[in-house]
Amino acid sequence: MFSPDIVIAAVLNGLLTGAVYALVSVALTLVYGVLHIINFAHGAILTAAMFAAFFAHQAGIDPLLSVLFIAPAFFALGYAVQRWIIGPASHGDDRNILLVTLGLSIVIENVLLAAFRSDTRSIDVPYGFSVVDLGFVFLPMPRVIAFGVTCVVAALLWALLTRTDTGKAIRAVAKEKLGASLVGIDVTHIYAVTFGIGAACLAVAACVLLPSYYVNPRVGTAYVLVAFTVVVLGGMGSVPGAMIGGLLIGVVESLSGLYFGESLGQLGIFLIFILVLLVRPTGLFGARA
Amino acid sequence: MTGPVNTSPRTSLLAAYGPILAVALVLALLPLATTANTVLNAMVLALLIALAGQGWNILGGYGGQFSFGHAVFFGTGAYAVALLQSRLGLNAYLAFGAAVAIGAAVGAAIGFLSFRSGLRGSYFALVTLAFAEVFRIVANASPWTGGASGALIKLDMRPENFQFASRATFFWIALALVTAALVATRMMERSRFGAYLVAIRENEDAAKALGVNTFRVKLQAITASAAVTAAAGAFYAQYFLFVDANIAFGTWISVEALLVPIVGGLGTVFGPLIGALALHGLAEATKALAGRLPGADLALYGALLVLAIAFAPNGVQGLFNRLKGGFSTRRAA
Repeated sequence: MFSPDIVIAAVLNGLLTGAVYALVSVALTLVYGVLHIINFAHGAILTAAMFAAFFAHQAGIDPLLSVLFIAPAFFALGYAVQRWIIGPASHGDDRNILLVTLGLSIVIENVLLAAFRSDTRSIDVPYGFSVVDLGFVFLPMPRVIAFGVTCVVAALLWALLTRTDTGKAIRAVAKEKLGASLVGIDVTHIYAVTFGIGAACLAVAACVLLPSYYVNPRVGTAYVLVAFTVVVLGGMGSVPGAMIGGLLIGVVESLSGLYFGESLGQLGIFLIFILVLLVRPTGLFGARA
Repeated sequence: MTGPVNTSPRTSLLAAYGPILAVALVLALLPLATTANTVLNAMVLALLIALAGQGWNILGGYGGQFSFGHAVFFGTGAYAVALLQSRLGLNAYLAFGAAVAIGAAVGAAIGFLSFRSGLRGSYFALVTLAFAEVFRIVANASPWTGGASGALIKLDMRPENFQFASRATFFWIALALVTAALVATRMMERSRFGAYLVAIRENEDAAKALGVNTFRVKLQAITASAAVTAAAGAFYAQYFLFVDANIAFGTWISVEALLVPIVGGLGTVFGPLIGALALHGLAEATKALAGRLPGADLALYGALLVLAIAFAPNGVQGLFNRLKGGFSTRRAA
């Protein structure tokens, strides 16, 4: 139907988009793995981070530079939100955490809407329209950068989770909350740290997304629905699952966009989502139901 | 976050249904006090949300299954009533009944698929959200539903078409629907089925171990829940004579349907009605104060959701009961 060149280009583009999906999904799955709850405020935090990156750019700082302070700022913000809002408000009941994060997302999105209206904004960067020539295919520079940054963040996360005491504590809390607190791990603190790391990952995703994308108060919703799919596909709580799932969904979206047109490409994602939930809710890599 | 468990099955009929009738009668007098269309319009909307929330309450409040996509039932009801009239030329009242039945069928189908796969908690919330999104995308793209421009019901203002010149008539019909839902919820609460449902909310595994057919009970609950919310959607379409995908299947209605029972009192008969009246009263007040700042009312709803869970886990009613309890213990001491 299509020449191999076009299909290969679509696959590569899908992988580049998929890398950002992977980054957003890793943040979601990490929080799920530890708190055992879907964070419905995920998309809203991404949107807020994109606005932060946008206004940093207005002040003359390139997103690739501003990520160095936006990411730590969002770590602090995520830590505070979990420690002083979500934790105390939910009284330790899972169903309450769901509702509190839903409430937070509504607040964040609509405060942004009230402050900035529903205008769509985008930024201009010098590398915005440059391309990388691989000989047989051209790839857009901002997305290649996004892919590279994602790989770096994934490596850092992996090192953090496997090589540091904090990482060990996070994995311990994810496995067995009670046991972890018995050996002296401050579970409340670890919850907040994990939430903070999730928010920092979203801040990085926001900064690499902005040069090739746009921002408005609803922009996060599109990404978070994809992230839900990726996380369920990869197995809730599985970090490698989210990485591979993200890349896979990126390719699926790109190819179904090529074959069926853009609007139905989105539908394909949801159908995969429902199908995976119904047939194998533990995902491709998850062990626990 | 738990409502009061079925206390005594032998409570007298008067104690069980009296308050519902009293509230309905008092509210029914409202159109005699005011003929202002804005007030009546706001009241019709509040009752509509109360009805949608009552549907959510059956599944979420009594059964503990939190749906984040009740828009799928609301939208099905709304589109069904519009399309059955405009495409098939069905009588409006028949279309209304059919819309409720179709909504119930969609509820049963979604419930069958998700509960058979054992989805609970986050997973159930996610799958309902995804179904609502799929319905929204399809309704927005399919030519049969009118695509992005939505579906219209032809204006022909005669009582036999379920179209009335007076807002008061619509108000009374909405009130009758809400009252019927209140009575049905009370009947459910007093029945064996209601007890099973609460048992599932409190501890599903224990309920199963005691011989409750949890799959069947949850399936019946989501079917009833979907029917009530679909009735709200059908009424919405009949009232405005218009629906589109973002109204019918939009996030706003999923959020409002779960917000009103939580604010009013989860798993209680009057919770959704109290929540809807309180929230809409508050929203009107903010509009008057803050003007038409976009998103201000929704931001307020979100903040209320968080505050309600943090400080009033049993809703407005729980707050009152706690105050009463506080006074009586103080008196006793």
